[in-house]
Parts: sequence; structure tokens; C-alpha cells
Amino acid sequence: MSEPMGEPAIEPALTPPLTPGQIRGRRQWPLPKQADPAAPLLQVRNLQTYFKLGSGWVKAVDDVSFGLTDGEALGLVGESGCGKTTTALSLVRLLPTNGRIRGGSVELFGIDLVAKSDLALQRYRWREISIIFQGAMNALNPVIQVRRQIAEPIRYRLGQSEAASQKRAEELLDLVGIPSRRLGAYPHELSGGMRQRAMIAMALACDPAIVIGDEPTTALDAMVQAQILQLLEQLRRELGLSLILITHDLSVVAETCDRVLVMYAGRVAEEGPVARVFTEPRHPYTRKLLGAFPNIRSDRRTLETIPGEPPNLLNPPPGCRFAPRCPQVMPVCTEVVPPEAVFADGVRVACHLYETPVHETPA
Amino acid sequence: MSGRYLGQRVLQALGTIVAIVLLNFLLFRLMPGSPERILLRNPNLSPQVVEATRARWGLDKPLLPDQLVAYIGSTVQGDFGYSFKFRGQSVTSVIADRIGPTLLLVGLGELISAIAGIAIGAYAGWRRGGLVDRVGSGASLVLYSMPYFVIGMPLIVIFAAGLGWFPTSGMTSVGGGDRPFPANLIDLARHLALPLATVSLGLIGQYSILMRSAIIETRSEDYITTARAKGLRDGRVLRAHAFPNAMLPMVTLIAINLGYVIGGAITAEIVFSWPGLGTLTITALSARDYPVLQGIFLLVAVSVVLANLAADIIYGILDPRVRG
Ligand SMILES: Nc1ncnc2c1ncn2[C@@H]1O[C@H](COP(=O)(O)OP(=O)(O)OP(=O)(O)O)[C@@H](O)[C@H]1O
Ligand code: SF4
Ligand SMILES: [Mg+2]
Repeated sequence: MSEPMGEPAIEPALTPPLTPGQIRGRRQWPLPKQADPAAPLLQVRNLQTYFKLGSGWVKAVDDVSFGLTDGEALGLVGESGCGKTTTALSLVRLLPTNGRIRGGSVELFGIDLVAKSDLALQRYRWREISIIFQGAMNALNPVIQVRRQIAEPIRYRLGQSEAASQKRAEELLDLVGIPSRRLGAYPHELSGGMRQRAMIAMALACDPAIVIGDEPTTALDAMVQAQILQLLEQLRRELGLSLILITHDLSVVAETCDRVLVMYAGRVAEEGPVARVFTEPRHPYTRKLLGAFPNIRSDRRTLETIPGEPPNLLNPPPGCRFAPRCPQVMPVCTEVVPPEAVFADGVRVACHLYETPVHETPA
Repeated sequence: MSGRYLGQRVLQALGTIVAIVLLNFLLFRLMPGSPERILLRNPNLSPQVVEATRARWGLDKPLLPDQLVAYIGSTVQGDFGYSFKFRGQSVTSVIADRIGPTLLLVGLGELISAIAGIAIGAYAGWRRGGLVDRVGSGASLVLYSMPYFVIGMPLIVIFAAGLGWFPTSGMTSVGGGDRPFPANLIDLARHLALPLATVSLGLIGQYSILMRSAIIETRSEDYITTARAKGLRDGRVLRAHAFPNAMLPMVTLIAINLGYVIGGAITAEIVFSWPGLGTLTITALSARDYPVLQGIFLLVAVSVVLANLAADIIYGILDPRVRG
């Protein structure tokens, strides 16, 4: 496979972020008919997504709430299996056949997508919310040329002519830095980095409001990983995208995201501005997670591991799901689900250590 | 498709054909009953006559190299000798007479069952557990396990003997083929209907079962989730994304089956006295008509090899990953 010498370099983004008003003004397509122009871009409330397994339900996403504003980048982090992918797929109901949204709402421009029929929901897929899947090798169809796969949503969702779709696909490939001589390539003929770029081009095809990246850079080497993230960041600023970035890599969140949502065993542990959460983690799990992460900037040598395993989501512990592993566990923790405490600096924490609903920022 | 891939496949096919020709030569010389005894059918022949006959047919020469060289020489020229049973007719002409009816019956049957089976299997797999799946897959399994005569007999009893809609056997009525157009075609179609239904029903199960499992397998691939995420209609996800991938394993099956078409559908042909290669095989077997059997064997084997070659080439066109 002939990979060009290094991926094309991208200058660090200099464009200042657009304001929400500018972003809505830049939309190429009108807002959906039922949209409330004053409503926030995305508001997820008490989302519950379960998987049917044998005679029970895997409570993969349980009572998850968060919001996303125009042009914002939200990082979604947590151990493997904590429900990051399920949360993301629930937004446009792309769940495996045994998955069900059991409750809650997903409001996009104030329109509840959970209440929509499958057919009605199709209108929102890709045109409003698109997804960059992990492992573009499997997420791209192996027998269709990459350019055709990018042109497909333009042709069939935006109803443009075949010629116009192909032309737009070429522009998009150019935008993400794929050389024009690779236009006719099939997925297996591209390198991992190039495939992921093609995946990004495809996600941008219908000019969506929200792009979800589900571990878009895992399985890529560090250099390529950095380039892809830089590309995403640049596109976000230039096109006014809102980004939900799922990752295991906390340094990626630190560098690219405005806010971070820490999940544990299907629930939100802590959520808030990245600068606040990373400098002053309040939930014992967030502290462990940051401790477990090797920070090259600090002189920490030993990697702190979190003892124990996440609970079985078929039958999770009744109170706080982190209780079996929590160093600060209290009697109340094993019985009562911790309510959310909201801090003045915009951080939310679900933990019994912070009892009153609104807290001053701890000194 | 790279020339290298194509070249490799063609060479492989040629090698296999050479091996088949050699095997065909040896196999029929190892069979019991010497040809001259069967042919002359006279236990009281004088040794001189037998010797003379053996010399005339070259049987007095050693197997290697003389007989082999002569065999290869005539095989290359399309000369397979003369039939024992149909006296005075060359093997080539005996077989040529029967190819048409077999291609018509089994070829058409393959075509119908492949198209219908793939359509049913694809739909059943896509809507797994739905009505088409439950009815179609059950029926496919039953049909797949039934030999042709089990399918054909009830058809004859109901539609030929009972209702009298179709003739029970043969390919034409007496003089039917000589009638002016379109009466001759109608006559042929009426004779073809039941055997064709039998062959198609017998083959459909295999296609629908395989297609169903291929679709079920592709359905859980990540690129199908991608296609759904794009907000494409369900039908388009199936047609444009799942179907082409699920067809990859089908291509090989179809091509190999097409190779066997030439051998005829023996039981189906017998049940309906269809004058094809299948009935010819049985006739030749019971008459120990070695030259004809040898000819049929060679024809079937070569067409299977060529069908495989076609499968490899089509596969290479459909799947960009093997073009290399
Ligand atoms: N189809 C399914 N049937 C049953 N359980 C499932 C199914 N899909 C996911 N799960 C379970 O739901 C939970 C959440 O899975 P999910 O894939 O959302 O986690 P994740 O945070 O994305 O993990 P990772 O970091 O490994 O991608 C896991 O415990 C997983 O085992
Ligand atoms: S609620 Fe209790 S167990 Fe859970 S994280 Fe807080 S202190 Fe630990
Ligand atoms: Mg995941």
C-alpha cells in the first residue's frame, strides 16, 4: 500500500470559534420545521437505554442527562463498557436489535427525537447528527468506492444530482486532505489515517449540526492520531460544528474539548468545563480516572490503577454504582442513588460527598 | 482485476482439465468387461476375429504411450469414438442431440431458482423472524431435503393425471415439434412446465437458505450501521449495502451449479422421460456404453472447471479486495 510520505500537514487552527448565532446563520439547510429557534442545540434528559439479554435488561445507559450548545466540543470518557457508544447511538436510535430506549428525551432544537417514528427519525440522521465510527475499515463498505460512499448521502438525502454529489464528494475529500489521485480508491486501498479522513469527509457530507466521533483515532499511530484530531478541530472551528468526542484518551479531551462528561457504569459521574474538571476532579471516580492516566507533564511515575471491576449492568448495585470500588464509600452510598450536586463553576457531580443541591466551588 | 490473478486462475483451470483428461483415459480402462466382448456380443467368436477387431481399434497396442497418445489426439479433435448402444452414431452426435433439452430444462431451472431463491433468502434474512422468513425458510428446508422424484410425482398426479393440464412425459407430442409456429412452442412449453417446476423447486431451497444466512451475517457488519446512520431508507441499505456483500458467497455456488447443469438433473429427467443428458447417462450406464459415458464425464468435468473459472473471475470483479 502506497501511503504518501506523511499525511498532509495542517496548520494549527487560527480561526476563532464562531458564535452560536453565526453558526445557525451559516446553516446551508433550513432548521427542521418543528424546530424552536430559541431552543438549545441538543438537550438529553434522563436517557435510559437498556439491552434485552436473556430474561433481564442490561442497564447500559441509565438516567443520563447532558446538553450541547452550538460550536461546542463535548468529551465523553469512562472505562470500557460504561455506555459511551450506547449513549451516542441512542441519540439517533441506531441501537442493536436488542436495544431499547426505555425513557428520557433527546431534544434537538427542541424536537424530541425519542418520540419520533423510525421513518420520521431518518430525516435527522446524518443531516443533523452524523457519526465518525471507530475503525473506518469496518465502517466503510468494502465493495464500494470511497468517493461513492461519500456522495451517497448527498445524492439520496439532499436529493442532488449524481454529478453534483460526486463533485461535492471530491471537494470534501480535498477538504480532509485526501489527494485527488486517490479518488477512485476502495477502503482497503487506503491507509488507516486516510480511511479515517474519508470517514470524516463522509460525516460532513450533509453539513450536519452535530458530529459524533466514537474513538475516531484509536488504532492509529500517534502521529496520524494527532493529525486527525487537528483536522477535526480545524473543521469544527471553520464549519461551526458541534462535536461529541468519545475517547479513552484524557489528553485528547484536555486539548480539544470545552466540556467533559465522565460516565461510570451507565450513569453520569461528573460533568463540567474541562478546565475545571481536570484541575479539580470532585467525583472519586474522576479522581481515580485522572490518577490512572499517565500524565506526561507531571512527574508522576507510577500509574495508579483502579482496583476492582465495573459492576454487572444486568444487576447493578442499588445505591451508587461506584460504591464497591470507592475509597470514600459511606453507608448511605450502598443504599441511595446519589443525587446530582451542581457547583457554581458549572460542574455537576453525582456523589453523596456533596449533599446539598448547589455548592460553592470548594476552596 | 490484476492480470496476475487472472493468469493464475486460467493456468489452474487448464491444469485441472489436463488432469481430468488423463483420469478419464485411465478410469475407463480399469473398468470391468473388455470393450470388444461387449461390442461383438458373441461368445463364440474365433480368436482371430477378436484379434483383428482389437487391432482395428488399436487395443493391441500398449496403454502407454500408444493408446494414450491416440486418445489425446482424438480428444483434442473432438472425436470420442462411436457409441456401443446407438450403433453407427458418434459419441459427439449422441451427446449433441441431448444437450439442448438438458440446457433448456436444467439451465432454465437454475436461473429461475437462483433469482427466486436469492430474492426470498435476502428478504427473509433482512426481516429475520418475519412472515416471509418463517414461511419461506421452512419451505426452503423441506424442498432442499426432497429428491426430485418426491417433488415431481405429486405434480404429475395432480396436474397431469388429475387435472390433465399438462402431459405426463416427453418433450413433444407425437408430431408436435413439426407443427407451425407458435403451436410447436406451445407444445414444448406444456411439456416443459412440470419438469421445470420440479427442477426449480428442488434447487430453490439451497439458494434461499444460503442467501438468508449471508444476509444475516452482513446485517451485523459495521458498514450496515453506517448506512443506517446516513438515514438511508431500509430498502436502499439492503439493496446497495447488504446485498452486494452477501452476493459474494453466492457467486461461487451459482457458478458451480451452472457447471453441473450440463450433467442434467438425472432423477427429474427420468421421472418425466425428458430426453436430456441425465436420461442418456442412465441409458449408457445400463448398456455399458463406455465411449458415451466417457464423453459425458469429460463434458461435465470440463464445464465444472470452466464454471469455477467464471466464478473466480466474477468474484474478482465484484470484490475489489481480490483484484489486488
Ligand atoms: N447488543 C448488546 N446486548 C447486550 N449488552 C450490550 C449490547 N451492546 C452493549 N452492551 C453492553 O452495554 C454496556 C455499554 O456498552 P457500550 O458499547 O456503550 O460501552 P462503551 O463505553 O462504548 O465501551 P468501549 O469503550 O469499550 O467502546 C456494556 O456493558 C456492554 O456490555
Ligand atoms: S456516592 Fe459514595 S460510593 Fe459513590 S462515589 Fe460518592 S462517595 Fe463513593
Ligand atoms: Mg464504545
